[in-house]
Amino acid sequence: MVKNKKLIKTAVKKSVRLVRTQADSPRRATKKGINSIPAKTLKGLYETILRIRRFEEKIIEVYPAQDMKTPVHLCIGEEAIAAAVCIHLRKDDYIFSTHRSHGHSIAKGSDMKRMMAEFYGRKTGCSKGKGGSMHLCDPENGILGSTAIVGGGIPIAVGAGLASLMKGTDTVSVAFFGDGAMDEGTFHESMNFASLKKLPVIFLCENNFYATNSPQSARQPHDNIAMRAAGYGMPGVQVDGNDVVAVYEAAKEAVDRARAGGGPSLVECRTYRWKGHVGPDCDVEKGCRPRDEHEMWLKKCPVERTRKLLLENKIMSEKEMEKLLDNINKEMDEAVEFGRSSPFPDASELFDDVYYKG
Amino acid sequence: MPKLNMVQAINLALKEEMQRDKNVLLLGEDVGKDGGVFRVSEGLLEQFGPERIIDTPLAESGIVGAAIGMAVYGLRPVAEIQFMGFIYPALDQIFSHASRIRSRSRGRFTCPLVVRAPYGAGIKAPELHSESTEALFCHMPGIKVVVPSSPYNAKGLLLSSIRDPDPVIFLESTRLYRSIKEEVPEGEYSIPLGKARIVQEGKDVTLIAWGSMLQRALKAAEGIDADIIDLITLSPFDEEAIFKSVKKTGRVVIIHEAPKTCGFGAELSATIAEDAMLYLKAPIIRITGFDAVMPFSKLEDYYMPTAERIKKGIQEVMKY
Repeated sequence: MVKNKKLIKTAVKKSVRLVRTQADSPRRATKKGINSIPAKTLKGLYETILRIRRFEEKIIEVYPAQDMKTPVHLCIGEEAIAAAVCIHLRKDDYIFSTHRSHGHSIAKGSDMKRMMAEFYGRKTGCSKGKGGSMHLCDPENGILGSTAIVGGGIPIAVGAGLASLMKGTDTVSVAFFGDGAMDEGTFHESMNFASLKKLPVIFLCENNFYATNSPQSARQPHDNIAMRAAGYGMPGVQVDGNDVVAVYEAAKEAVDRARAGGGPSLVECRTYRWKGHVGPDCDVEKGCRPRDEHEMWLKKCPVERTRKLLLENKIMSEKEMEKLLDNINKEMDEAVEFGRSSPFPDASELFDDVYYKG
Repeated sequence: MPKLNMVQAINLALKEEMQRDKNVLLLGEDVGKDGGVFRVSEGLLEQFGPERIIDTPLAESGIVGAAIGMAVYGLRPVAEIQFMGFIYPALDQIFSHASRIRSRSRGRFTCPLVVRAPYGAGIKAPELHSESTEALFCHMPGIKVVVPSSPYNAKGLLLSSIRDPDPVIFLESTRLYRSIKEEVPEGEYSIPLGKARIVQEGKDVTLIAWGSMLQRALKAAEGIDADIIDLITLSPFDEEAIFKSVKKTGRVVIIHEAPKTCGFGAELSATIAEDAMLYLKAPIIRITGFDAVMPFSKLEDYYMPTAERIKKGIQEVMKY
């Protein structure tokens, strides 16, 4: 199964060195990195980041009307990761996501109308109105169905990786999870097995430093998640998750390596969720998180940083950005309208898809 | 036709399915070189190689999780868990994921996965090595539960389970593994899931059993004009066969080795009471294991329903 032993050995060595030197300073984008990304790609990344942000903001806007009856776990503040990882993936690559999955689905290509309809519990939703915001499913785009069990999707991503090897395809699978999943046993079981069999899996940790309201420091002996990769003989890297270019580079390396037969990687993207664990409100007021910490992260806004990057490098003009925002805003209005005006599922659909019916 | 025990019959089923369909594979702890704890997969590694007979780390949740990923990807994995009591670390993957992938994807993904596990008392090993907690799985919509009672039906049922488009928990009685031999044909024959087996026809009483309890029910019914139903699939179970028999006999004894409280007998009993109450001549009786942790050694003999206990149950319902 191992296609390239040398590739793996070098990567592990490099990652151990890297992690040792970057414990307190996650990898940031290099000038070389920015220059090596085509302008069209950078524009695409900004567009996705902005679309995710506006999607989440649209939910906040419509939520008080109380006709969207689903718990929502917003990813505002974390948008760059989904965009910069999924841009390296093909339609037939699988992603496995969590309760905080809106961004991943959008970045992987899901239709926002069908997502919004799902949030409204309508028949036209991507899970036919039976899944809500936590169980988004889109087989055409390689989204198996996100799940609320923390760490639950990780072994399944490993199985998809194993199947891809056995079928002789070059697809990869990405397991998205947060720092909370690091507390779960499935993380260990999956890292161990994937590394043993050198599977094409990317373990993508969005470290936002909180599991619901428990800070990472109250749950883990140290905050360096990437370092754990070394223990499994797997390359691990820690990046600034709000730096779209840094995530782009790290994800590219991991995806390319997996596709080339070089085995799995752990990518830790350090980021922060701006809103509460669930719902459209900010939980700083409730005393769940320190205000100064929250404010520090607001300054690291991935949308603003990407916007600045593109303006400074003259990749997009202010005018183009305004036009893009207008278009995205229109998409959001259409998505909400589609969701709200779609029919609810019939009672007869209750027993559909529990077992095979022929 | 060769006479095989259940271990050999399951081995043959796995071998034939793997020859027939290259997507079928087996994974689990020690299933390769070792041939599994009970040697069910003996010789398969040599024939199919380590890519299809996969020795895994000691990680039940990881094994079942990986099998789910493979099933969703279009393979037909058979995951072996060493003992039924060791399946509990994997319950999260079975309950939270395998059982609901079809529903979660609204039928666009399926999870054709078989989880095989030896179950029940019979080898004089304590608690976790002798569990019979099949009812846990019957409670969860989206999965099927199959319990063969003989080498012949073990092979046919495993073929059907591997080909089934839904996840199947396939429970193999350790007591039956090597205790009975019968003729098992080579080649294709499958036994449909969800259909009970009428082992013996009679008119006075209906005995319902599965797995290793069938042998004891048969023994207890010697000299009695009993309908004996071998359920073989517990979820979904064959209501029609049960009602047909109850309408004829009016008396029911349900036998299982699992503890009585919330055992699968409770579900059968409630279903009969709901839908065939007026045909009953006597209260339904359950002869089961006890509400205690599965004991060791000599106490195991006290724990297990014996032919004598079943006979007493039959005599009880015959009083009416």
